[in-house]
Amino acid sequence: MLELIPNQLGFPLLSLLIFVPVAGGMLLLAVRDARAARWIALLFSLFEVALCIPLLTEFNRAVPHMQFGESVAWIKDWNIHYRIGVDGISVLFVALTALLTTISILVSWTAIQDRVREFMIAMLLLEAGMIGVFVALDLFLFYIFWEAMLIPMYLLIGIWGGPNRLYAAIKFFLYTLVGSVLMLVAILAVYFTAGGTFDVLALMNHQFGRTFQLWAFAAFFAAFAVKVPMFPFHTWLPDAHVEAPTAGSIILAGILIKMGAYGFLRFSLPLFPDAAIAWTPAIMVLSVVAVIYGAYMAFAQTDFKKLIAYSSVSHMGFVTLGIFALNSQGVEGGLLQMINHGISTGALFLAVGVIYERTHTRMIADYGGIAAKVPVYATFLMIITLSSIGLPGTNGFIGEFSILLGAFQYKAVYAVIASIGIILGAGYMLWLYQRVAFGTVTNPHNEHLQDMNLREVVAALPLVVLVFWIGLYPNAAFSIMHASTENLIRHVHAKSQALPAAAPVVGTVTGN
Amino acid sequence: MPQSLPEFIKQLAPIYPEFLVIGVALAILVLDLFTDRKYKAVLGWFGLAGVICSAVLTVQLMEGGLQGAFFGNTFLLDPFANYFKLVFYVSCGLGILVSLKYLEIEDINRGEYYALMLFATSGMMLMASAGDLISLYLGLELMALSVYVLAGFMRRDSRSNEAGIKYLLLGAFSSGIMLYGMSLLYGLAGTTNLNGILSFLKGADLGNPVLFLAMVMLMVSFGFKVAAAPFHMWVPDVYEGAPTSVTAFMSAGPKVAGFAVLLRVFLHALGPIHADTSMLFSLLAVLTMAVGNIMAISQTNIKRMLAYSSIAHAGYALVGLAAGGPDGAASVMLYVLIYAVMNMGAFGVVIMLRKAGVRGEEITDFAGLGKTNKTAAFLMLIFLFSLTGIPPMAGFMGKFYIFKSAVQAGLVWLAVAGVLFSAVSAYFYLRVIMQMYMYEPKQEFALVQSPALALALAVSVTAVIVIGIYPTAVLEFARASITGLL
Repeated sequence: MLELIPNQLGFPLLSLLIFVPVAGGMLLLAVRDARAARWIALLFSLFEVALCIPLLTEFNRAVPHMQFGESVAWIKDWNIHYRIGVDGISVLFVALTALLTTISILVSWTAIQDRVREFMIAMLLLEAGMIGVFVALDLFLFYIFWEAMLIPMYLLIGIWGGPNRLYAAIKFFLYTLVGSVLMLVAILAVYFTAGGTFDVLALMNHQFGRTFQLWAFAAFFAAFAVKVPMFPFHTWLPDAHVEAPTAGSIILAGILIKMGAYGFLRFSLPLFPDAAIAWTPAIMVLSVVAVIYGAYMAFAQTDFKKLIAYSSVSHMGFVTLGIFALNSQGVEGGLLQMINHGISTGALFLAVGVIYERTHTRMIADYGGIAAKVPVYATFLMIITLSSIGLPGTNGFIGEFSILLGAFQYKAVYAVIASIGIILGAGYMLWLYQRVAFGTVTNPHNEHLQDMNLREVVAALPLVVLVFWIGLYPNAAFSIMHASTENLIRHVHAKSQALPAAAPVVGTVTGN
Repeated sequence: MPQSLPEFIKQLAPIYPEFLVIGVALAILVLDLFTDRKYKAVLGWFGLAGVICSAVLTVQLMEGGLQGAFFGNTFLLDPFANYFKLVFYVSCGLGILVSLKYLEIEDINRGEYYALMLFATSGMMLMASAGDLISLYLGLELMALSVYVLAGFMRRDSRSNEAGIKYLLLGAFSSGIMLYGMSLLYGLAGTTNLNGILSFLKGADLGNPVLFLAMVMLMVSFGFKVAAAPFHMWVPDVYEGAPTSVTAFMSAGPKVAGFAVLLRVFLHALGPIHADTSMLFSLLAVLTMAVGNIMAISQTNIKRMLAYSSIAHAGYALVGLAAGGPDGAASVMLYVLIYAVMNMGAFGVVIMLRKAGVRGEEITDFAGLGKTNKTAAFLMLIFLFSLTGIPPMAGFMGKFYIFKSAVQAGLVWLAVAGVLFSAVSAYFYLRVIMQMYMYEPKQEFALVQSPALALALAVSVTAVIVIGIYPTAVLEFARASITGLL
């Protein structure tokens, strides 16, 4: 039974997190100078990071409830409220969003020269939308943020992207839109079935019929699976990643694709537990397929960014594998791995962006032997590569290990297949690193490559710190999410058993 | 007993707004004779002032609480009619504002233009207030005849001529069908009064095939007026050929009037056979959304694209009619208001591109607008996302309510079709955005700017954003306006 604990801070923390970037965007409308636009955007995004300090320190880790809650009637005729709050599942994403947005603005400092002001407006509005998605506790409000976010992201890819950006941008937009609108109909069906409420917490306690659950779950799945993206809905991702500007790729990989998995945790599982259990076998299969397929495809890529994009497909396969194992190790591992993936893949795209700004090529073959020329960069890339592989001591290890534990409890075979994915992951990442950094400099253009400058180091440093922090002291993250994930698992199993006609529950869950 | 003149004038109170609009139109015709060609815009402003005064009158009538059926039950003054009248004032006012400069550029700045617009508006007002098939038909023809002339207003332009004559011929044909349907209904019910028809149907054999035939004929003819597929054939040519300002007006005003009549006739008078009409409306809605959205994809001319888009939007509104009930009706009412405003805005930006020597009607003419004119491009961006139905723009709220009432009425399949087609629509709206922001400008060109156009765009964009973020006020107004109807 989740509750919305009202905000006690004396200032509306979550509302500020949403609307400070909007205010920044408005302010930028009045700014003409590109330099000023950069600084203003940076200051606003730093203010967001500062707001995350009370968010994390004042957050009560002992209870699974929604905290810093705010609730105001918005559209009374439809019983819609502006209702927001965070729990252990969402709080880290809010912080990660604030961090990655700041980093994205930093890495775009010199890379974006065209229409700087508009770029920064899009970044800030995107940040507001993403935070809104993570804190919304009203299905309607959630949908508003979920859709509204498409606009700045579409413009980021389409205006500041690479040569094939038009195709990538519209593909991104249409794929996500088609999935989302189906969810909209399901949201409406949920609203009427539950007696006219969009309140997520109330809906969690509502017992939906089994057939209804199966349909509604499928419709929500359409939206979330495209966003994750799960195999076979992933084809927009490589295009979008490759064409997006560096900042866009960081946000896309770091936050945007996490929203799908977050949606599973926040809505699909607690609202439709029976359907979730019934759909589990299919989703587990799709997850391991994504793990292997993504890794396999990554081997074949010649483009730096495309390789990382396919590795994302593989890693997100791990995440959904963990979530749908439906036990605490799996879910916690999945959740942590989302954060980890946000950190390490965000950092990988940052690394690509840094080098691309100097060489203007993303082809792996154009590099080689740059370790000798740019030692700081090579070290950074090494740390991130190892984190992405999941070397013990880095964050990636903790997440993947926990997911495998969870998957093993569900069915050993999935854990075994997924482990192959880890081996493949080590293969393509190390091979990538070898081709880029080691050997002799083959491309004469790289002879005078500049190493990372102070701005870039500042942008990269927080990510490196997080890699080791979570890697060496995973409890920092686990303790925040633990109460909420435990509650979620208990809720799902209790609610699914509460339904009398719990027809053959496919794939019994062991553990506990 | 003979009435004194003051008493007689007092009795006309319910119809003051209509009289005022017609009076201003007639005054414009007279003043036109004494106005130099250079100053015709003054007549436009005069017309706008007339519209605003009528709006004030209507609001006063609403607040005065004067309601009921007047003039032998042919004229209804109820919240429903008043709601639509306000929408007509908005679309007529915006229509005049976007016309002022455009008419000068096209060299068709004549006084009749504004008079015709006001006549059309008075026709629409009569349609919304009609309590009888006869007064309904009178209003409809008054509106239609004025708009036929407006569509062909560029008399030296063959496309405009074609538009006018095509609209006239097909319009006349549809009017014929409508009259036939009305006569059948009269034959059955023995009355042309809408309330009379309702009370007749409450006790009648609803399986009567003649009744069904009459209903289908009415639906076909109104379907023509609101541009529902498969009665949409005239739309692309007429919208493309007509002066752009007329297209803007046509896509908002007469279409909304058509929906006012559809709601009044089908949900109120023919309410007892809603099961039948709902099925037909559902089919019509799916077909209309399909034709509008799919055909719009391949258009290269922005006016044709917006023509197909307006067909598609009629399709969404028909979903609300299929849903029926208070929420179905209110959702249509909210939708047409939002649609009128955002569509007017989009056409306003199209008009900005029209300059002497440059047509500015191809979608590629928008190339690089995001660089050459940031404000215009940004406004267009907002209108297009609103037409697509992406929050936080008003278009989303409109669509949301429509699909909500469809799900409520159990028409989940129709809602699914609706949302999927609106996802399709994203493709062609985004194409324009792409041209504006993601292509390099082909030529430097300064856009046409005028205070009137700027005012129209400011009004529309404010409405689109405010309704998108806080729809409660408009929503409650729409919901309150159906009391008495259903």
